[in-house]
This record gives sequence, structure tokens and C-alpha cells, in this order.
Amino acid sequence: MEPVKAIEMKDICKAFGSVKANEDVNLTVYNGEIHALLGENGAGKSTLVNMLSGIYTPDSGFISVYDQEVHFASPKDSIKKGIGMIHQHFKLVDVLSAQENIILGSSKDGAFVKRKKLAQEIKKLSDQYGLDINPNKKVYEMSVGEKESLEIIKVLYRGAKILIMDEPTAVLTPQEIKRLFEIIRNMKKQGCAIIIITHKLNEVMEISDRVTVLRKGKTVGTVNTNEVEVQALIEMMVGKKIDLAITKEEIAEKELLMKVDGLYVVNQDKKHALKDISFSLYSHEILGVAGVAGSGQKELCETIAGLNPAEKGRVFFEGENILGKTPQEIIRLGIRMGFIPEDRLGMGLIGSMDIVDNIILKDYQNAPGMFLKRSRYHEKANRIVNRLDIQTPGIFYPVKKLSGGNIQKVLLGREIDSDPRVLITAYPVRGLDIGASLTIYDLLNEQKRKGVGILFIGEDLDVLIDLCDRVMVFCGGEVMGIVDPKKVTKEEIGLLMAGGRMGEGVRHEVV
Amino acid sequence: MKWFSLKKREELPTKKAWIIRGAAIVLSILCAGLVILLLGFNPLVTFGEMVKGALGSKIRLTQTMLKAIPLIVTTLGIIIAFKMKFWNIGGEGQIMMGALAASFVALNFPDMPRALLLLCMAIAAVIGGGLWAFIPAFFKAKMGTNETIFTLMLNYLAIKFVTYLQYGPWRDPGSKGFPKVADFSQNAILPNVFGLHVGWIIALVLIAIIYIFMNYTKKGYEISVVGESLDTARYAGMNIKSIIITAMLISGGLCGLTGMIQASAIEKTLTYSLSAGMGFTAIITAWLSRLNALASLFVCVAFAVLLQGGAYIQISMQIPASVADMIQGILLFFVLSSEFFLQYKVNFHFKKAKGVA
Repeated sequence: MEPVKAIEMKDICKAFGSVKANEDVNLTVYNGEIHALLGENGAGKSTLVNMLSGIYTPDSGFISVYDQEVHFASPKDSIKKGIGMIHQHFKLVDVLSAQENIILGSSKDGAFVKRKKLAQEIKKLSDQYGLDINPNKKVYEMSVGEKESLEIIKVLYRGAKILIMDEPTAVLTPQEIKRLFEIIRNMKKQGCAIIIITHKLNEVMEISDRVTVLRKGKTVGTVNTNEVEVQALIEMMVGKKIDLAITKEEIAEKELLMKVDGLYVVNQDKKHALKDISFSLYSHEILGVAGVAGSGQKELCETIAGLNPAEKGRVFFEGENILGKTPQEIIRLGIRMGFIPEDRLGMGLIGSMDIVDNIILKDYQNAPGMFLKRSRYHEKANRIVNRLDIQTPGIFYPVKKLSGGNIQKVLLGREIDSDPRVLITAYPVRGLDIGASLTIYDLLNEQKRKGVGILFIGEDLDVLIDLCDRVMVFCGGEVMGIVDPKKVTKEEIGLLMAGGRMGEGVRHEVV
Repeated sequence: MKWFSLKKREELPTKKAWIIRGAAIVLSILCAGLVILLLGFNPLVTFGEMVKGALGSKIRLTQTMLKAIPLIVTTLGIIIAFKMKFWNIGGEGQIMMGALAASFVALNFPDMPRALLLLCMAIAAVIGGGLWAFIPAFFKAKMGTNETIFTLMLNYLAIKFVTYLQYGPWRDPGSKGFPKVADFSQNAILPNVFGLHVGWIIALVLIAIIYIFMNYTKKGYEISVVGESLDTARYAGMNIKSIIITAMLISGGLCGLTGMIQASAIEKTLTYSLSAGMGFTAIITAWLSRLNALASLFVCVAFAVLLQGGAYIQISMQIPASVADMIQGILLFFVLSSEFFLQYKVNFHFKKAKGVA
């Protein structure tokens, strides 16, 4: 039997201003197929699926759903055609229960809520696809995995037969990812068409039937997953051969740089964001921090950097307790600590200002007098631009107009230029493409060789394992263990991330 | 069906940006002309009279400049606050409190040597306006209160307080029952330089100082960073509370200085109508100057021409005052909406799309 064409997009073009986000893009997805959409950041994946879900309208080209040409004016039209989109950032109302979220915005049952019928329908859907959800549980009580399931049920309830998932695995633990994949396979069996956007290649290989690769807004090609090698996919994505291997050099000579001892931090809701955190950071090492997003990584970085008050505990830096000192005092004391915050433009840099004004951000207080001596920093700005090979029209160019990778290089460049002893980096490659990520890893390795101790908050376990000398696993604000990545598997780290205890064979290192 | 769509512009060549701005001004004049025509006046004559009324003779030119001076000083104050994204709409109140403090000095020490008296009045005015801005700044820094409502309400407090003084304790017994505060002594009045009170020199000097302050000093840099992102300021180790308070002391101080200039050079006493909406007009001129101190000179002078020309046509052509207000409104509407077209490109879809599900 000929498979049914669920979606066909042909010669799709979409431009934003002078940027061509999509140019003659073609995509065909069949029923009962899991189709991966692969591409670097800015390749046009999100633009393409947003046209499918009615958020954007294409400038030219045509879209057909089940062999019928469609023109979506709004997401409503798209939902009517059976297309459901699951966004990377969940669109759920925290204070409402699962079933309340499901009926929110759905108009199929009239003005009144028929709870009994609804509960039955949810039950039917969950059984059919193997989703596990308690309809009365409030969203704020749910784990990320449960929220993902809820999002899926929400679109299924609206009658979706074609599902689009935008980076669904970014916030899940390996175990949760496994479960999600089972659900997706179930849906496939039921004849749904599924489009998955991702840039994790191993997931593409594991779950998808076919892959369409986009590069710079154009379709590079569509291939059958079982006929292609990872290396070939990378070449299609990047346009050239790239050695993906991250180098790790063991350096025996180590000295203690920073010691965190019994650190407790309370967040705005008066709950403990960090509980009894103790660890040491040595020179010549990269200490990775693994954990589901929101496990206390942000609080850890900001507390060490002096941005966040701690409840109790101590942080020794070169023998001095720096806990309770403001960033100002830390800068004035000449404590050489670099901090790359997670929110680059919102915290590390000022987007509308040029590179020079961003370079002086941390230095200007130490210069005497009341005037800013910008010209003194021109040389420094040029040095950073050259050293890190930042692609910019000049040092007087607003930072926010640079590409993501170059923005990160400005930030990293500034922090490295102050010759730090300790470098704290929170998700330094988030949103960067493969090439830019590799450059950042190289820069971090270079700092490590120079003797810097690096705290690396990461999200991709493969990267954490390949790059770091030790990996500290967080769960719910607690350290579940510090492991040697050579001696554990990804699954074991995942277990710790989910709050599990150390199994046999995992060496719990107490530092 | 949507019949138009908006696209955010990536980057606009400077030349094209000026064409859009120019078009806005031309369109606003055409539109204002149409309104004047509908009211039964000749638009060309009316515009001619406006220009003549604002720039036509030495006296009229002086009148225009008298309007421009306080507007410039107030605008500079607003620019500093807005650069920090502190929405100071309390210029009115700060002007009144500045005028009040200056008047207190002028009325109590009428015989002090002129230079000293004027200096003391200016200092008092800066402190008065500064304190009035310090109150919302303090609560914003300490408790995160909303400065928009806070500064707005303080306007009415200041104006009503001055009204009370004018009708009550400060009422001049020698004014034959007329509710007014006593006139200042000669020593308390700003001298003229080249036929215009010395405020014009003060305004020009302040433009230069504020321009340098905002662009070349550490404090100015800090104010800009706080305006862009509080998290970045925190990250850089800036003392955000102290920056907010300092900036607002300067902002309010400048507004207060306006109060002193108006009380001393124009009213020669304290009146409750002294601020005359300048604190609000300055918000518009600050935006039109794109928060640039140098640009504020040209914007404020242009605005003063509009105000003075509008006032003149009421007398010369018997055009109602509201027409002058309408012309102002139309001009502002077009100029401010041109900002929208600088940011977005509008595409119209006249061809109806087919086959929508």
C-alpha cells in the first residue's frame, strides 16, 4: 500500500527583512513516519514548522495537508487540519490542573466543562498512546517529563494527527527521553505523522525514519536514516567535514583553587535552591555540572560570583572566604574570577552597546578618575576580536547585532582577558551551532592548560562526559555525586540527575 | 483574513530613515493645513503667520527663546531619568518645588548681594527639585515601587502645596486682597545678556555638561547600563540603588533649576501656574531628541517656535486656541508615528488569498 502523504511543503520561501529564513524549502512527511528536521541554529527549522502551524505565512510556495492545498491564516486553521505543535518552551498554565490545561482554548465542547466526559477522553487517549498522566494534578507539581506528556495529550485531544515537536528532549533526563521515544513510537504505530526538530544527532539516528537537513534556509536533502552515517549528516548540516571529537587532556599537576563548603541558598519562594553543597575546584581541570534545568545550577553560579546571598556556608577562594562579598568587592579585591552567565545579553553583556563599552563593563571601576577612558580599551577590544576571531564589522558595532557564537566570544573573550584563576561558565554553548561550540570547547581547554579551574554547567551529557575531568550531578539543589566520566555511563549520570542513588560500580567520590 | 502584515526592519540606511522622518513632517503639515481649511482659514496664510509670530521680529524671537530655555533645562533632566528607564513624569512637581525653594530664599533674603542671592536661589532650587525626585527614587531603589504613578502623584502634591502657600501663609498683604506671593526684589531677578535673561547661557552650558556626563563619565555609563539591564549592572558589581538615587537627584535638580529660572526671570515671584505643563512637554521633547542632550537644543527650539507661533495666530487671525493645540497634536502624531515606520515595514495584501480552511 502506498503511504499517505500527511504533509507536503513545496518551494517554500520566507524572508524576514533582508534575511531569507527559508528559500525553496521542500519537505514531505508520510503517515506513520517519524521525520527529523535537522540543521544548525538559524538554518530555518523553526521558521519552517511555524509556517506549518499557522504562526507565519509563507511568502511563496505551497503547503498541502493530506493532498489538499491549505493557506493558514492563524494557528487555529492549522489545528483544524489536525496539526499539533509542541513548543520547546511549554505553553501551560502552572496553577491549573492537567485537564484544565487540556480544554484551555479548545472550543469543541461548547461553553461548559463536562468533566466526566473529559476525564474519559483523557483516559482513552493516555491508554491509546501509553501516556501516563493524572488529570487532576496541577502543572506546577509536575516534573518536566509529565509536562511533556501533558503537552502531547493537549494536542491529541484537539484531534492532531500530525505532531511537530520543537527540540522536545532539551530539558529531559536520559530516562525521560527514552519514555518520550516510546510514546512517539506508539503514535507512529497509530498512524500519526511526527516531525521532530533537534540538533542532537544520536537522537536522530535512534528515533527517526527519515531526516531532512536544512542549511542556511535551504534544503540540503532528505535521506533514510538507516542508510546514512552520522558523519555524513554533519557534513550535510555544516557543509564541510568537521571532526566532532572533543579533546580532553589529563593534567596531573593540580592545586586547590576554590573550596565550597556546606553552601545553602534560599530562593524567592523561601525554598532551598541549594542544600549543603560542598565541592572543590582544582587548577588544570574542568569540573562539569550535570542536572535537569533548574536544579540549582543558576543559583550556584550566581552565589559564587557574589550576585546572590547565601543562607549559610563558605566559599574559599585562594584561602579567603568570599561568600557574602558583593561583586564590587570581589572585583576590587582583585580576585580573578571570570563568570559567563547563562543569559548572555541580559546579564553578561549590554546588547545595544558596542564591543568597547562591553569590554569596560568589569574594568571601569578600577580605573581612577570620574571619566571613562574608552580609548585605552580600543587596543584591548581589538586584541580580543583578533584572538578569538570574532566576526564583526568593527569594535564599535553593537553586540546584539552579532551572531550568537560571536556574542558568546565577546563575553568569553572579556572574561579570559582578565587572566582568571577560576572560570564559571553556565551553558556556554547554548544556542550555538556545532562549529561555534567546538571553538568554545577549544578555548576552555586552552584555559585549562594554562591552569585555570573551570566550572562548566552543561546540558548535553555527551559533551559533559567528553569534555570534563569530573562531573558533579545536581538534583533538586543537592549534589547527588561527583563522578569520573571515564568510569560511568550516560545512563548512570541520568539516574543521578533524576534523584536516584549510586548503583554498584559507580564510584562516589567525596571531595 | 489579514489584509496587511508587519515586518520588523533589520536595519535602515540613514538616508532612508531621514526620508521617512521628512515625509512625516510634510504629511503633518498637509494634514494640519486640511484641518485649518475645513475651519475656514487659509492654511498658507496661517502657517506664514505662525512663522512670522515666532521668528518675525526681535521681540517675538525673544518670546520664542523664553519658551525654549526652560524647556531645554527640563528636557535635560528628563533625558537622564529616561536613559535609566526611570519614567520620571514628575517634572511638573520638581519644577514647582525648585521654584518654591528658590522663592523661599528670594523672599527671606531680598537684600543679599545679587550674585550671591541668585547662586543661593539656584542651589536651593536644585536641592528642592532633587529632593522631590529623591522620594520616588528612594522607594524605587529600596522597595521597587512604581515610579510612574509615584512621580505623577507628587506633581499634584507640589502644585497644591504652592497653591496653598499662595492663597494662605505666603500671600502678599500688600497686594490688596489679590491672592499672590510678593514680588522678588531686584536682586533676585536674573540679569539680561544680549537682551535675553541669562538662562540661555545656563541652558547652553548645561547641554554641554549633560552631553559629556552621559557619554564620557563613569556615572553616565552606569546610568545607561542600569537602563539597559539591571542584571547586567548587578553582574558588573554596580551599586544599583546609589545609581538610581544619584541619577534622580540630578534629574530632579535640573527640573528644579527650571523652576528657579521661571520664578526669577519670568514670573518674578512664585505662582502655582508656573510650571505650565512643561514637565509633560519635556517628556515629548526628550523622546524626540532620542535622549540625546545635543539634539534636545534643536528639538526644544523647534517646539518653542510651534508654541509661540500657535499663540500668535490666536491674536493675529482670531483662530481659537484649540486650533493651535490641534496643529501641535497633528505634528506630534505624525512625527511619533514615523518612529513606528522606522521600526517596521508594512506590507498590504490587496489580493485575497483563496482556499482558507
